[in-house]
Amino acid sequence: MDYLDQLEAEAIYILREVAGQFERPALLFSGGKDSICLVHLALKAFRPGKFPFPLVHVDTGHNFPEAIEYRDNLAKELGEKLIVRYVADTIKEKNLQDGKGKFPSRNGLQTYTLLDVINEFEFDACIGGARRDEEKARAKERIFSVRDEFGQWDPKKQRPELWNIYNGKIDQGENVRVFPISNWTELDVWNYIKRENIQLPSIYFTHERECIKTEHGQWMNVNEFVQLEPKDKIENVHVRYRTVGDMTCTAAVESEAHTVDDIIAELKDTKISERGATRMDDRVSEAAMEDRKKGGYF
Amino acid sequence: MELLRFFTAGNVDDGKSTLIGRLLYDSKSISTDILETLTKQSKTTGVDADIDLALLTDGLRAEREQGITIDVAYKYFTTEKRKFIIADTPGHVQYTRNMFTGASNTDLAIILVDARHGITEQTRRHSIISNIVGIPHVLVCINKMDLVNYDEAVYEKIKADYEHFAESLNLKKVSFIPTSALTGDNVVKHSENLSWYQGPSLFEFLETVEIEQDFKTQEARFQVQYVIRPQTEELHDYRGYAGSVLSGSFKKGDKIAVYPVDLTTTIEKIEKFGQEVEEAYAGEPIIIHVSDEIDISRGTTFVHNPISIADGNTIPSQPIQTEKTFEAIVCWMDNKSFQPGQKLLLQQNSFRSKAVIKEIDNKINIYNFRSEPSDGSLHLNDFCKVTIKTAETLSFDDYANNRKTGSFILINENTNNTVAAGVITS
Repeated sequence: MDYLDQLEAEAIYILREVAGQFERPALLFSGGKDSICLVHLALKAFRPGKFPFPLVHVDTGHNFPEAIEYRDNLAKELGEKLIVRYVADTIKEKNLQDGKGKFPSRNGLQTYTLLDVINEFEFDACIGGARRDEEKARAKERIFSVRDEFGQWDPKKQRPELWNIYNGKIDQGENVRVFPISNWTELDVWNYIKRENIQLPSIYFTHERECIKTEHGQWMNVNEFVQLEPKDKIENVHVRYRTVGDMTCTAAVESEAHTVDDIIAELKDTKISERGATRMDDRVSEAAMEDRKKGGYF
Repeated sequence: MELLRFFTAGNVDDGKSTLIGRLLYDSKSISTDILETLTKQSKTTGVDADIDLALLTDGLRAEREQGITIDVAYKYFTTEKRKFIIADTPGHVQYTRNMFTGASNTDLAIILVDARHGITEQTRRHSIISNIVGIPHVLVCINKMDLVNYDEAVYEKIKADYEHFAESLNLKKVSFIPTSALTGDNVVKHSENLSWYQGPSLFEFLETVEIEQDFKTQEARFQVQYVIRPQTEELHDYRGYAGSVLSGSFKKGDKIAVYPVDLTTTIEKIEKFGQEVEEAYAGEPIIIHVSDEIDISRGTTFVHNPISIADGNTIPSQPIQTEKTFEAIVCWMDNKSFQPGQKLLLQQNSFRSKAVIKEIDNKINIYNFRSEPSDGSLHLNDFCKVTIKTAETLSFDDYANNRKTGSFILINENTNNTVAAGVITS
């Protein structure tokens, strides 16, 4: 078996385990390439049947319009149920402090909305597109990752996970985060997108965009949320996005990649990791991701 | 391109994480931003080497603070020839369960030996665990050769010692490579310091070692994960059994036996990703349709019907076993010790049944692989030969013949924790 076939088979096996073990699973869909691959894998796992779970999107209000459009079209085209909950509503309901500063991030705030939507629908399993190669705390997380009532991850109390046997037994109120593409790397995802001819939001490919350069040398998109300073110089740059996160905390990379092949060639050459190139939120501290996950983050 | 999964085992100080760091670093699988962070950290931890490569794999705060690997970390790298998945497992005895976990679905074990110390208790323990997990191939990496002046005699002595020790085990294949992870000798590139060594570097070995494809030649096994019933107007009668071929292969028209209901039927159709296929092989996720309406649900096992084999096939040499009582070696993984009469659930792939450990027959000494009389207890990291009784009939093979159908976990019904992992030896 080719390695992509093996990774695909493993992911489908995991998706079917979720369907078999849980009563109210959900697939967390962001409009990014990883969750788009998950949807593609779910089609392979469950068609001609319907998905045994809805697609759930936590909309921060800072999403790229292209990703939102893609999300809505995809759900319609597949005839699958899409549930959207808005961070803006959570901020209002809970009287929370919105993100501040030059790039006002809602990354921390989305955990509230995520935990609320899990409670609202009593989801017992949430499937996500996180990969172990993204970050070193993720490299330690199980494929079936049990979270307590508060959504917290406890790295010291993880269940042993052996062979292809997944223990999804939980108590009322707990939930399991499931990561079917844990063992895929960024390059694997792109090779799979190529092989399966999966369509993606346009921002993954090169386009001209108004950007400013941050102090770390990253290109940030100019939009209504970013507080421009007089020293900022707006430039028209040929960029693409390596990850589709929030407009406020995801940087673009300079690129002339028009096609998936171009992107694969570009990735083979790059020296910078996916998160390193694009995320502003991981740079805060060495254990930023570990701490966010302990707090209920995805 | 092929996929090779391997795990690394070694003592706390054998330089295991450094070796992995070296593999990633020298194969250019580490990005510059990660390297920057590492350099920063290495300065604060005060390790002598330019970059403390171990910091690459110790992903949790507690691990970095204590300077040890606690949990399994998965790392990835790709070369022109292969994609590799590394399960980096802790070496310390108190984390034996994590090592067993990391080893469970790999094709190769890399056991590190410190050239200064030779075969130690840890080496024996790691080898015996690899043996119980049934790893097809063990590579003994004799590391820190720089600290013994790259002396060939030291290498040869350790090799001979290991070969002698391994005689008592059933390891299928054992190889040896001298390295220095810290200096990079013979990890990716051949080293002039080790010019007496003619074999492959670790990297070359990993790229060329044969991956055992047992599952292709084994008896056909399939287990239902999920029943697909669209119940729409046009697919009113559609009922497909979704699952993966665990081993061997199934063809359209095969006569099959269905367990635990113990009935026979015929494969009417095999679907893979919406297409009908004639035959499906080990590892493939498929949907099977059968010609009779029988009680089939999640956890149901399909095998070739031993009585009437389609196309004049011979009777299977290893018919599946269907029992409620069987023997197994279990590794206890829970902090709380086993309590007699403890209510357990056994899970084998997607099959689950209530179960009890009826008897603890022997304790296995993980330093010499000998059986010792059991005192009836089962503590964290213990390996014991036990007799298990299940409420439902289990369909299984001996683990030695089939890693997919011969393995299981035990779940504590009260806490939901995975408390043990087992391999069937009946």
